[in-house]
Amino acid sequence: MFSVLKVNTMAKKESIKGDVCLEVHDLVKHYPIRLGFFKTLVSKDAPFVHAVDGVSFTIRIGEVFGLVGESGCGKTTTGRCVVRLIEPTKGRVVFKGKEILSLSLEREIRKLRRNMQIIFQDPYETLNPRMSIFDIVSEPLRIQKMCKTEEETSERVREALVDLDLVPPEEFLYRFPHELSGGQRQRVAIARAFVLKPELLVADEPVSMLDASIRSEVLKLLIGMQKKLHTSFLYITHDIALARHMCDYMAVMYLGKIVEQGRAEDLTQKALHPYTQALLAAVPVPDPTARRIEVVIKGEVPSAVNPPSGCRFHTRCPFVMPICSKEEPPLMEMEEERKVACWLHKK
Amino acid sequence: MPLLEVNDLLMYYETDRGFVKAVDNVSFTVDKKESLGLAGESGCGKTSAALAILKLLPSNARIRGGKINFQGTNILELGDSDFRKKIRWKKISMIFQGAMNALHPTYNIGHQITEALLMHENISKKEALERAANLLELVGIESSKINRYPHELSGGMKQRAVAAMALACNPDMVIADEPTTALDVIVQAQVLKVMQELQRKLDLAWILISHDLSMIAETCTKVAIMYAGKIAEYGDVVSLYKEPLHPYTQALIAAFPSVMGKKTELASIPGFPPDLLVPPPGCRFHPRCPNAMDVCRKKDPVFVKGTGKDHWVSCFLF
Repeated sequence: MFSVLKVNTMAKKESIKGDVCLEVHDLVKHYPIRLGFFKTLVSKDAPFVHAVDGVSFTIRIGEVFGLVGESGCGKTTTGRCVVRLIEPTKGRVVFKGKEILSLSLEREIRKLRRNMQIIFQDPYETLNPRMSIFDIVSEPLRIQKMCKTEEETSERVREALVDLDLVPPEEFLYRFPHELSGGQRQRVAIARAFVLKPELLVADEPVSMLDASIRSEVLKLLIGMQKKLHTSFLYITHDIALARHMCDYMAVMYLGKIVEQGRAEDLTQKALHPYTQALLAAVPVPDPTARRIEVVIKGEVPSAVNPPSGCRFHTRCPFVMPICSKEEPPLMEMEEERKVACWLHKK
Repeated sequence: MPLLEVNDLLMYYETDRGFVKAVDNVSFTVDKKESLGLAGESGCGKTSAALAILKLLPSNARIRGGKINFQGTNILELGDSDFRKKIRWKKISMIFQGAMNALHPTYNIGHQITEALLMHENISKKEALERAANLLELVGIESSKINRYPHELSGGMKQRAVAAMALACNPDMVIADEPTTALDVIVQAQVLKVMQELQRKLDLAWILISHDLSMIAETCTKVAIMYAGKIAEYGDVVSLYKEPLHPYTQALIAAFPSVMGKKTELASIPGFPPDLLVPPPGCRFHPRCPNAMDVCRKKDPVFVKGTGKDHWVSCFLF
């Protein structure tokens, strides 16, 4: 009787958790630094930029996962490794049960990319200025040979434009990127990513170049599409306030490592890691009566060539202890779906 | 008498396709020790208004009317060389947008700060270097870094070095144009704190130009919201944020996500800012306004007093 009950709750838990779309295990990316001729003779081993240093996370189907951190923390590199635009040094990326880093044939990678797409930061640079909007949005369909006839292609492009509120589509199809505003361009870039109906979408700071009033409009469309197609979403951003509004689940990165992760709401309302707390305290609030610029931490992010020993944050941490500079804290599970890498929280 | 008084400033850019009405009847005042936030989307004319105050407008800009009184003199009537000798940098200085790129890459920062000092004040090079070192200390950079080149400094330090440059000649007023856009949140908070301390220490008046309303809320005492070349709402920071009257201000404030407190849905403003070559007739916000009425399409709204003591709004709803 007892065991039956246990099995039932187990099954329930599984169904809440949902199926996994993407698993990243111990992802590492080191960029070698090119030395001059003399230095290559003198120095023993070549230095590396430790861009990403052992990052693991899972994204479930239909979930929005936020990767938050300051510039240079490795969040963009992680995003690009996931879609294999950059070859990682080490680690495993499993997409729907398939190991994607072991794929070597161009054909296989192309097939994979049908299901994973990426949106970049700058809508001014990611659209080819010599291509019309129709050509831009239909290019993925042509590359993937998704449509048999011209009519079908045109139909899908129109549909994608309408989905992103670029209406009427006829008005946009034969225009060029320079004729559109920043917000419209980013919507074209999003339409291009969604035209293949991907299962995983990586969005790398998709709205940081846009004005506030246009930003929320674009985000609404983006989330609307994500809900409609039940796409899994890796959302990369430096803006923790925006991540709170966008994401279900969130991980905070510092110098190539995840320092804290958990449900977006838990993490922002009850931050455990001192770095997350500092990040939250630095966000300005649009409320003049709540004035509080508290600079909790001093200095800037150290170099990723020689990251600090032990916990990488110990050089700036207000709660630093002797152990912090010696031993690296593991990512410890605090409660369900809540992990933190900090010696303060060692049980 | 206010330190700076801008009255009905009218400034157009002359282009091949006609006049771009970038600043259209803009008025505001800044008192001593006061900080004014000039907020709005890109292309709303906030930078143009600031450049007009410093007389740094590009050659195709035409000032068509209005007055800019600084300490009682109309600076629009001053000649270029007079303005350069008496006002620019000595009385009003500016921290430019993208200050990270405003530094010359092949001169060290000491050289770049002393350049302004030697240009405007009759002092020796040695004295100038001493003062530059003091300025760097003031903004929180060790004076030993005076011989560093811009590429050797981090983003936050470059930003502070540019602030030191703006303070070189003890100005009464500093205009900061998007001083923290390219910085990360933590560094942004550090730079803003330094700027606030400086304002208190040196009794400066600031004009802070930004699209980020939350940043203005934290640093300014007065706010002017600009839309398409006009001021939509103007007032002290508390009454404007607590009781925003103009539909544009309301939407703009609601568009900012908050980290603390209740999670609210982000508001958005449909549509796009208008083309200033042919701005819409009547209220310029009416094509995007949820409360647009017939009168909005026909007549220009005038300023009406709001609830706060110095709170004005340009909208027909009131």
